[in-house]
Amino acid sequence: MSSTWRTSTPARRTIRRRTAAAAAIAALALGVSACGDSGDDGDDPAGGETSAAEDISIGLITKTETNPFFVTMREVASEYAEERGVELTALAGEFDGDNEGQVQAMENLIAQGVDGIMVTPNNSTGVLGAIEQARAQGIVVVALDTATDPEDAVDATFATDNLEAGRLQGAYVRAVLGDAEPRLIMLDGTAGGTVDTFRHDGFLEGFGIEEGDPAIVGMENTQGDQNTAQTAMENLLQRSPDVNAVYTINEPAARGAYAAIDAAGLTDQITIGSIDGGCQGVQDVADGRYAATVMQFPAEMVRQGMDAIIEAAEGGDAPSGFVDTGSVVITDEPVEGIESQDTAWGLENCWG
Amino acid sequence: MTTTATDPPTTPPAPADSARREALGRALRTPVLGPLAALVVAVVIFSVTTDTFATAGNASLVLQQSIVIGTLALGQTLIILTAGIDLANGAIAVLGTLVMAKHVVGGGDPLTALLLGVVATVVLGTVSGVLVTRLGLPPFIVTLGMLTVTFALARLYAESRSYPVGDQLLRFWGQGTTVAGVRLTWGTFLLIGIFAVFWYALSRTAWGRHVYAVGNAPEAARLTGIKTRRTILSVYVAAGALYGLAAWQALGRIPNADPNAYQTANLDSITAVVIGGTSLFGGRGSVVGTLIGTLIVGVLRSGLTQAGIDNLYQDVATGILVIVAVSLDQASRRRAAR
Repeated sequence: MSSTWRTSTPARRTIRRRTAAAAAIAALALGVSACGDSGDDGDDPAGGETSAAEDISIGLITKTETNPFFVTMREVASEYAEERGVELTALAGEFDGDNEGQVQAMENLIAQGVDGIMVTPNNSTGVLGAIEQARAQGIVVVALDTATDPEDAVDATFATDNLEAGRLQGAYVRAVLGDAEPRLIMLDGTAGGTVDTFRHDGFLEGFGIEEGDPAIVGMENTQGDQNTAQTAMENLLQRSPDVNAVYTINEPAARGAYAAIDAAGLTDQITIGSIDGGCQGVQDVADGRYAATVMQFPAEMVRQGMDAIIEAAEGGDAPSGFVDTGSVVITDEPVEGIESQDTAWGLENCWG
Repeated sequence: MTTTATDPPTTPPAPADSARREALGRALRTPVLGPLAALVVAVVIFSVTTDTFATAGNASLVLQQSIVIGTLALGQTLIILTAGIDLANGAIAVLGTLVMAKHVVGGGDPLTALLLGVVATVVLGTVSGVLVTRLGLPPFIVTLGMLTVTFALARLYAESRSYPVGDQLLRFWGQGTTVAGVRLTWGTFLLIGIFAVFWYALSRTAWGRHVYAVGNAPEAARLTGIKTRRTILSVYVAAGALYGLAAWQALGRIPNADPNAYQTANLDSITAVVIGGTSLFGGRGSVVGTLIGTLIVGVLRSGLTQAGIDNLYQDVATGILVIVAVSLDQASRRRAAR
């Protein structure tokens, strides 16, 4: 029986991190949009459709099979593979941070002799080693959603520029506040997560304050989990009932924040911003639960990644660099100086 | 499971040779005192060090935050009292929320949804109980398997989506009344109510005494004519019903059934039970301790947030409390065995 306890603490951590990252999932965007794609994405979709390259095979490895973000990726990948006439093998880790699962998936795809691999990589030595092994066999490897560290461990990366996504959220929330003195609560994902750091720093930049500014009245890690976020927000509101702005790492965290704020009767006083662009999140914006969400485009990541691999397999140049697949502010209350789309557009373009 | 298998549950410890030892012995035999002291100390510290902790509104919040884990921990207590353990409780409750929510989202009747959800959790609890009692498999292994199976079933059933719930019946426990500016949810009253019911059942009924006897010394219990397998099975069934209730409460707190929610609830519930002074070896402990254990975790989280301290220290403190609680339990068992 005592073995339960010996393992409990680390196990708990791991599982938490799983939830966490499952939410934090989106992209690590390493700054530079060096769209140095020598393979001109522009002309290959057309070329691909006609020259139906049935002997091209592509592997897709996501972090989990269950997060709606990755589910969308897999669905889009299988539709698009059919459209382009390539063979797709979709694999996934068991949970977010399942390095062993990703390495095994990578090894299996190498053994299978695929032409290219699209992966939402865990940044571990193990996974990076497997990527290196694949590339040594001449397989084109592109990262989707999450950049590797270092970024050039893969041929190319198709992901959201999370610094920019955070910046958009921050700028929007600040614009809504207008002249009011900001009192900000930040609901982060996981401590030290890369996506987390980019979005957090981007938000502060867009919001126009520095880390450590007294306007930040509270910060809490929510693991991107609605329940944890709600509890954190409830407790933070006890301490600082005068907040007027809330940053959230993703939409589940925003939902948790909204529930706490609603229960405290403070919805009129507080502007909540978020990031993700899941259909439920866009619907929440349409319902007035939070002011805006910044949409990212997993389907674009998959399509562009697949295009690049097909291009290379047909004798073109291997893709390279970081490609920002874009981020768009979704709100029904546009503010001057920030480009945005309304929720009707959002509901047409959301994922999940 | 226990080295004191031949001792009846009520054997007093070795004759005390001093008042001090007797006092210590009494404290160890009344495992609720330690957790209660820890809770009081935590509340006092946070009340003194922050302006915002010691308010009625905050007390109400801590209770609201403890409802789901508290209910799961109550079921967990029953099972641990029989020297078992349930690793699947959180996953079972999540499946319950999905059954309820998906039925309503699909246009079904809310009452039927509720019943279906509770039936699902009771069936899963019963399956664990049958595997433990009929096949004689260790509860740890059975519920580990059930955890994996249920988690996967929940995701398959949910098609990896979450289901927001608007229905008022399913959200009932999250609603409540405002007394003197303090919001009290019905779920809070329910939590206290079910703890009272199970406190009564365990301490004042034959069934309760059987549960303790089976956990303390199964062979002795069997020889005195207690139907041990039936008693253990009844505990898993009751726990399954409690998980159904926890599912309903979870929808009250967060009206969104998500297959990825409550992934650490199993360990959190075990933590609450152990901090509450219930022995992992079975036969010793109480639901009152579990309620206190649940509140300790909630108070630490709330207090540390309001003191502006990183929440990871809450995990540090909770982990230390678990170790302390288990050490005290071991010390007390050694005394009893002497």
